[in-house]
Amino acid sequence: MSRSLAADPATRAGLEPQVEATAPTPGPRLGVDVRRLSRFFLRRPGLLLSLIVVALVALAAFWPTLFTGRDPLLGVPADNFQPPSARHWFGTDELGRDTYSRVVHGAALSLKATLIAVAVAFVVGGALGLVAGFVGRWVEDVLMRFVDVLLSIPALFLSLALVTALGYGTVKVAVAVGIASVASFARVMRAEVLRVRQAVFVEAARSSGTRWYSVLGRHVLPNATGPVIVLATLDFGTAVLAVSSLSFLGYGAAPPAPEWGTLVSDGRNYLANAWWLSTLPGLTVAATVLATNRIARALDGEWANQR
Amino acid sequence: MTDHRTDSHGRTDSHGDADSHDDTSADGAGGIPTDGHSGDHDGGRNSDHCGDHGGTGAGLLAIRGLSVSYRTRTGPLPAVRGVDLDVEPGEIVALVGESGSGKSTLAHAIVGLLPAGGHIDAGSVRFGGHDLAALSERELRAIRGARIGLVPQDPTVSLNPVKRIGVQVAEVLRIHRLATRRSAPLEAVALLERAGLAEPEIRARQYPHELSGGMRQRALIAIAIAAQPKMIIADEPTSALDVTVQRLILDHIQHLADEFGTAVLLVTHDLGVAADRAQRIAVMSQGRIVESGPTAQILDSPRDPYTQRLLRSAPSLTVVHTAHTVPRARTSPSVAVEPSVVAEQSLVVVDNLVKEFPLPRTAGGSARTLRAVSDVSFTVNRHETLALVGESGSGKSTTARLVLRLVDSTAGRIVLDGDDVTAARGARLRRLRRQAQIIYQNPYASLDPRFSIKEVITEPLRAFGVGDRASRTARARDLLDRVALPASVLERRPAELSGGQRQRVAIARALALAPQLVVCDEPVSALDASVQAQVLELLAELQADTGVAYLFISHDLAVVRQIAHRVAVMRAGQIVETGPTDDLFTSPRHEYTRALLEAIPRWSQQRQAAASPSSGRTPSAKA
Amino acid sequence: MRRYVIRRLAQAVGVLWAAYTLSFLVLDYLPGDPVSAMAGAGMDSSVVDPARLDELKKQYGFDKPVLVQYVDYLSRALRGDFGNSVSTGRSVTSVIADALPQTLQLTGMALLLATLFGGGLALFATYTSQRWLRQILLSLPSLGVSIPTFWIGLMIVQLFSFRIRLFPAFGNDGLRGLILPAVTLAIPTGAMVAQLLAKSLLTTLDEPYVQTARAKGAGRARIHLGHALRNASLPALTIIGLLVGQLMANAVVIETVFARNGLGRVTAAAVSIQDIPVVQGVVVFGALVFVLVNLVVDLIYPLLDPRIVVAATARRSPA
Repeated sequence: MSRSLAADPATRAGLEPQVEATAPTPGPRLGVDVRRLSRFFLRRPGLLLSLIVVALVALAAFWPTLFTGRDPLLGVPADNFQPPSARHWFGTDELGRDTYSRVVHGAALSLKATLIAVAVAFVVGGALGLVAGFVGRWVEDVLMRFVDVLLSIPALFLSLALVTALGYGTVKVAVAVGIASVASFARVMRAEVLRVRQAVFVEAARSSGTRWYSVLGRHVLPNATGPVIVLATLDFGTAVLAVSSLSFLGYGAAPPAPEWGTLVSDGRNYLANAWWLSTLPGLTVAATVLATNRIARALDGEWANQR
Repeated sequence: MTDHRTDSHGRTDSHGDADSHDDTSADGAGGIPTDGHSGDHDGGRNSDHCGDHGGTGAGLLAIRGLSVSYRTRTGPLPAVRGVDLDVEPGEIVALVGESGSGKSTLAHAIVGLLPAGGHIDAGSVRFGGHDLAALSERELRAIRGARIGLVPQDPTVSLNPVKRIGVQVAEVLRIHRLATRRSAPLEAVALLERAGLAEPEIRARQYPHELSGGMRQRALIAIAIAAQPKMIIADEPTSALDVTVQRLILDHIQHLADEFGTAVLLVTHDLGVAADRAQRIAVMSQGRIVESGPTAQILDSPRDPYTQRLLRSAPSLTVVHTAHTVPRARTSPSVAVEPSVVAEQSLVVVDNLVKEFPLPRTAGGSARTLRAVSDVSFTVNRHETLALVGESGSGKSTTARLVLRLVDSTAGRIVLDGDDVTAARGARLRRLRRQAQIIYQNPYASLDPRFSIKEVITEPLRAFGVGDRASRTARARDLLDRVALPASVLERRPAELSGGQRQRVAIARALALAPQLVVCDEPVSALDASVQAQVLELLAELQADTGVAYLFISHDLAVVRQIAHRVAVMRAGQIVETGPTDDLFTSPRHEYTRALLEAIPRWSQQRQAAASPSSGRTPSAKA
Repeated sequence: MRRYVIRRLAQAVGVLWAAYTLSFLVLDYLPGDPVSAMAGAGMDSSVVDPARLDELKKQYGFDKPVLVQYVDYLSRALRGDFGNSVSTGRSVTSVIADALPQTLQLTGMALLLATLFGGGLALFATYTSQRWLRQILLSLPSLGVSIPTFWIGLMIVQLFSFRIRLFPAFGNDGLRGLILPAVTLAIPTGAMVAQLLAKSLLTTLDEPYVQTARAKGAGRARIHLGHALRNASLPALTIIGLLVGQLMANAVVIETVFARNGLGRVTAAAVSIQDIPVVQGVVVFGALVFVLVNLVVDLIYPLLDPRIVVAATARRSPA
């Protein structure tokens, strides 16, 4: 990730001198890259902040104890409805549980659900698109009509239908959310495969005797996955939102377990007297989604420049 | 012809005058009537000039010390550096340079239409008593369209796709209040007629996509001349058009300039076009004007080395120097191609080849097909170059791809090296792949951006399992040497190389398996003029060394003349004429071949016809 | 043209049929035992009488092979009969028909707000020549699509109902009750409209024909409104079906947040008690709306873009 970002100014520099078309001389790359990298991020403080937010969320998901020593499930009834303070950063809920520690521990469930959702969409959608784009003919027609049908059902409705069929729970919600975004992955993957397959360099490889599986593995896949990875980053944010929406509606983890959407939902009942209960977990969700979307945009720009 | 034009001019002019007197405050409009009434162009031009901006003394346009740069992340990138340029009233000045020389930037900077990030750093653009470089956006708008017209580069994308042609022409008149809502549509039709469009009433009601490229360019010319500007900037006005259309468009621009005394700044990469049309030429390189002067002087005694180089390699002028290069490229193969042994020598025999593409059903119609290649037969001999010449859409590239079996033919027969490969599959198809390679038009697209140059060149070797890793690398090094690239590029990526270098890499890849046939699909048309000549020479040298045969696809007769032994001219999917190169150029039999030859700028034809370069003959004298 | 209309209609029917089939597979086939789920749904206790189970199985046809069930269901669905709600026993069609007007009001209002404000934002952001203002305006939509809808709703309720008591927090009463949920619902959709239109406008403003217009001496407003907007809104038009679908889906969340009656509430409730016929009815209804909106867009598109008939035929010709 950081490597590809570092390549950004380098590729730009390679593209821009229109006046002289001489090849750049190979220089001491490492030193240049570190300087370029720092300049790249200094110019984009938002991107830097986004990376930090995502890193913090990932850390919280795997090592929640790094951030808080409190038990998310254990409440101190005497301390209920405490507003945010130095002791309780995000305040406490109706049972006196520390909201901050619930948010930190909730990261694990929410992140897990999100990753499953993105993985399902990426693998299933990517495979559909790859097969459709590379095989073509009737296979493509059948697969893409199927994708059209998936697209015709609003994503949340499709997820709700799947939840109805599969039942409640974090993993089931995640699978439901992932399947709902299979269609967009399939579409992007197919479009990319078609674009690359029609590229002159692929025909050049074919005409110089390269066999179809080498063309697929060495030319088509490496050149087609870029935009799909960007989509995956973008879908990460969408999945966080969808998963938290479903758990807000109450189809996620069972009650005592903390999950971001559930936390917001629980706080609803105390909107009038304990604003922090809904507000702060919601802010966390918003910050995470904003951060991943910002990173997706940076990747997108970088890919666009590389072409 | 001339009568008709002046007639239409007179008629529309009276409209224009009436309106401009009614409701305009622009001083430019005052000059127009005198211009319109005067029969004598030169007189009209001069009086117009004096009356309009008397006192300044200088010409119509005077650029002094103009510098333009683009803002980039790595800092400002200068595109135009301290340029001086003058255009007199009624004069055609050509601004010549290769891509990236800053010529288009300079042209756009005049009217303040620089792309995003572009900025005028220094200098002045005097035009009609104003310094355009110092004017505000609002003030510039009164100049654009009204006093300076612009004919853009690519007519296919320069008209708004959702508006009718007539509306787009009329818009200029409405913006500058030269016509009322009622009169504008009528005037637009008259302008379209003046721009040389047949059936202007119908064209005015059509949308851009319903018109051909040439017709769209005429519509854009109508827009440029609508307000009878003092000057037209034509930015490569024909480079996106077919050669036969190019000449008509340029003729028409020249005609209009003569008729109305409009000055033209003609931006072009083609010195031949410039030589044909311009009274003066300014040569631009790396953001500077390296040389400028009367056309004859630039062509006959260029002082700057860059001009000399450009002159030697100008696309439509290469015929001049083929006399020197062709014999060398031809010596060895021509010995081999004795008429008696031709039969055994034929490498590729194509018989009655047909390719049809299905067209989608249109409303009410049954399924139709497009016959891209129709009953084409030809032979490519060993060690020989056969050129397939035609305009875009003539089916020449499809033919090449049929020969390589990259697409399958509808009917006909293809024999390669005695083996009928028309429907070859499996092992026989792989034998074809090994013997026949291709070099593409665009070296930016034909190399996988993720591959290193070594991987690109060794890919055919890997595909056929030739040698081990080390020997393949050695072969790549050897091939790079042959195409005159240093071994140090082996580890580079295509993006790090220039266009010419990439095309050399593509050539190296095509030669890696030592094929008998290489199809060259417009191999130089994406390259700059000076690079073109080098790559052509390289191809000729490699043929002399390896004995490879070329099937050379091109739209450019001048290039073909330099490299081909025999030429087949294609039009609408059919070969209309085939013959040895010299015969075809000196005595073309088919009228289409003659039309193609005529489309080569006249100046170079004169040069070629005359034993020694004639001096002082300007195109207008010839015309 | 007639051929074009007929082909589009046939496509729409095909998609609808496939959507129904898909919902059948997911909802009636995927759950191991839909009947016991349904039986559990209708009752208070988890103990289900076996006799009642058998009765239900017969009633819903689950004792027959899947294919027979499918044909049976499809033929009934074609007659507009999607079965009866498990919990209330009312027909699914009437359940949806009763809840629809409230949701139509909400989504219609939200779509109006989203188009007006999203489109206006995109136009103004690309029009202004102030760099900083443009930067700020263009970053707003990405904020809008990143914030969870339900959270926006809660924040708005907190601010306008509990703090300044301007609008009612909950319920269906009239226009005043409509404003907060409609604004909430409009935010993500409006942000999407703004993002798409702004991107499209910026691309369009770089087109050579815009340069031609500038070379004519046209002013900024003429270029923006006269040349760029129409070309730029064409791609935005193609996603309107997706937007309407998204609005309906988000209504599920918003109606829950604001405790409004409507299709969304019905859906959420049906999912909670696994009322399969109702969920299936809503899913198919969602597909129907999507297909209808797209059909309308397809039919008016050629009127807005003169190239479209050509483009539709060119898409399949060889490159």
